[in-house]
Amino acid sequence: MNPAGDRSRDARRRGIVLAAPWIWLLAFFFAPFAIVLTISFSQGIDAMPPFAPLVDISRDGVDLRATLGSYQLMLSDDLYYVALWNAVRIAAVSTIICLLIGYPLALAIVRAPASSRSFLLMLAILPFWTSFLIRVYAWMALLRPTGIINSALMWLGLIVQPVQMIDNAFAVHLGIIYSYLPFMVLPLYAALEKIDPALGEAAADLGARPMRIFAAVTLPLSLPGAAAGCLLVFIPAVGEFVIPDLLGGPNTPMIGRVLWNEFFANRDWPAASAIATVLLAILVAPIVVFQQLRARIAEKNR
Amino acid sequence: MTRRLSFPLAAALGLGYAFLYLPILLLIVFSFNESRLVTVWTGFSTRWYIELAGNARILDAAGLSLVVAALSASIALILGTLAAYALTRFGRFRFRLLFAGLLAAPLVMPEVITGLSLLLLFVLLEQAIGWPAERGVATIVIAHATFATAYIAVVVQARLAGLDRSIEEAALDLGARPWKVFVWITLPRLAPGLAAGWLLAFTLSLDDLVVASFVSGPGATTLPMVIFSSVRLGLSPQINALATIVIVVVFTAVVLAGALLTRRDISKI
Repeated sequence: MNPAGDRSRDARRRGIVLAAPWIWLLAFFFAPFAIVLTISFSQGIDAMPPFAPLVDISRDGVDLRATLGSYQLMLSDDLYYVALWNAVRIAAVSTIICLLIGYPLALAIVRAPASSRSFLLMLAILPFWTSFLIRVYAWMALLRPTGIINSALMWLGLIVQPVQMIDNAFAVHLGIIYSYLPFMVLPLYAALEKIDPALGEAAADLGARPMRIFAAVTLPLSLPGAAAGCLLVFIPAVGEFVIPDLLGGPNTPMIGRVLWNEFFANRDWPAASAIATVLLAILVAPIVVFQQLRARIAEKNR
Repeated sequence: MTRRLSFPLAAALGLGYAFLYLPILLLIVFSFNESRLVTVWTGFSTRWYIELAGNARILDAAGLSLVVAALSASIALILGTLAAYALTRFGRFRFRLLFAGLLAAPLVMPEVITGLSLLLLFVLLEQAIGWPAERGVATIVIAHATFATAYIAVVVQARLAGLDRSIEEAALDLGARPWKVFVWITLPRLAPGLAAGWLLAFTLSLDDLVVASFVSGPGATTLPMVIFSSVRLGLSPQINALATIVIVVVFTAVVLAGALLTRRDISKI
């Protein structure tokens, strides 16, 4: 066999394997974003679909009908800033609390006896795959004024009347932390598990106390996992719709919910597209960082 | 390390799992409550499960969701496996970074963005080429396959990276054609990872509300859409019963998937 012919056959083989995923991703993931961007510059009309074509081709020639109307709407109404700021703030605070809860949990799984580690890991993963909707619903029953927590506290005599725990920002934070906690635990677990125990033992032999070993060895080596976990929680949480809708009440607008309402309630597709564009523009930087982190972690795993 | 956990870590473990599982446990318990009030226990009863069995709207939606989940998981299995194979075995290829980026982006992309963008694509396609003439099963399947591909690629990549390549190389050295090596050597050893990936994609599709709501048409209502519209009106013990069934199905699928993967595979996901 000659090497040149070998190489070209190799390239053809690769092309065959890659063709289907490439076509699918470009058609159903990449192209749609270009369309969202385009529609965000079009005019809303009372028709189906409810937006005017950007380019109007008539007998008089080609007419470009792009408008910044949807973006001007976003700038002119406080609702959009408030919702965007709320979303970023609530997602950031929830991410930090997730990290504070998830870190000891992941560390405990890694340090648990080997025999029970698989079981503990499975317990951490199960909720990851269990319906978001159902898990948020479970909290509705707990948090309501007549719910289980309030009833229990009143029965214990700790409170006299029900505490408002739902339909506010507290409930949204709680819902995000609860729903996204497994996303934090998994990458942390992966990072912590890879740390060679010999490093900690060496430090201990040299007289370092457990806290110092943690600060000097464990914590720095787990940082890529912590960063990946934080991004896995933060990015989708910013655009979250179900949690603010079911737990947030009317006074906690978040941008994902505003987008949903523009689309379903107001039928303003250009406005929904403009919100999606702005949201994506804000999230592009964290998404790129997330991708690079993943690539770096994968490179190390080889 | 076989020593026991220190007290603070054991406490973190206990509290963490209590936080994760108590709400689900209470939901299951109250699905067997006799009273219509979801939060006051009056006695054991299976009446909500019996009522559920007579609810045609929910049964139809459940059937539709299962079909969509099976179809989208199968499409995603093919696409995800091809993509994972390329990323682990091809070394460098053109636009590799873009490819990996497009593949992994749905893992974090907010669902409202994915849903809206796919819907707009379907609407424009319909205007341009007349397909899809109506939105429903086909459009939901395409949307779910798109994000499930990312998850399957991650699972299969972890499995592929853990496979010893020497047997494949030996077969190639002995003159076997690459596709034969893939079918007879790589694929069988990959099978547990593929099965696990399929099951996980299946549960993801079964759970999705947001993307399906955007890309579905009036004729097609999935189970999460029915649950959501009913939850918005308030709590109902029938939904507790339904949620319990969904939880049991999903837990079974995930435990099955977990049994197929080693702990090393899982930690790489």
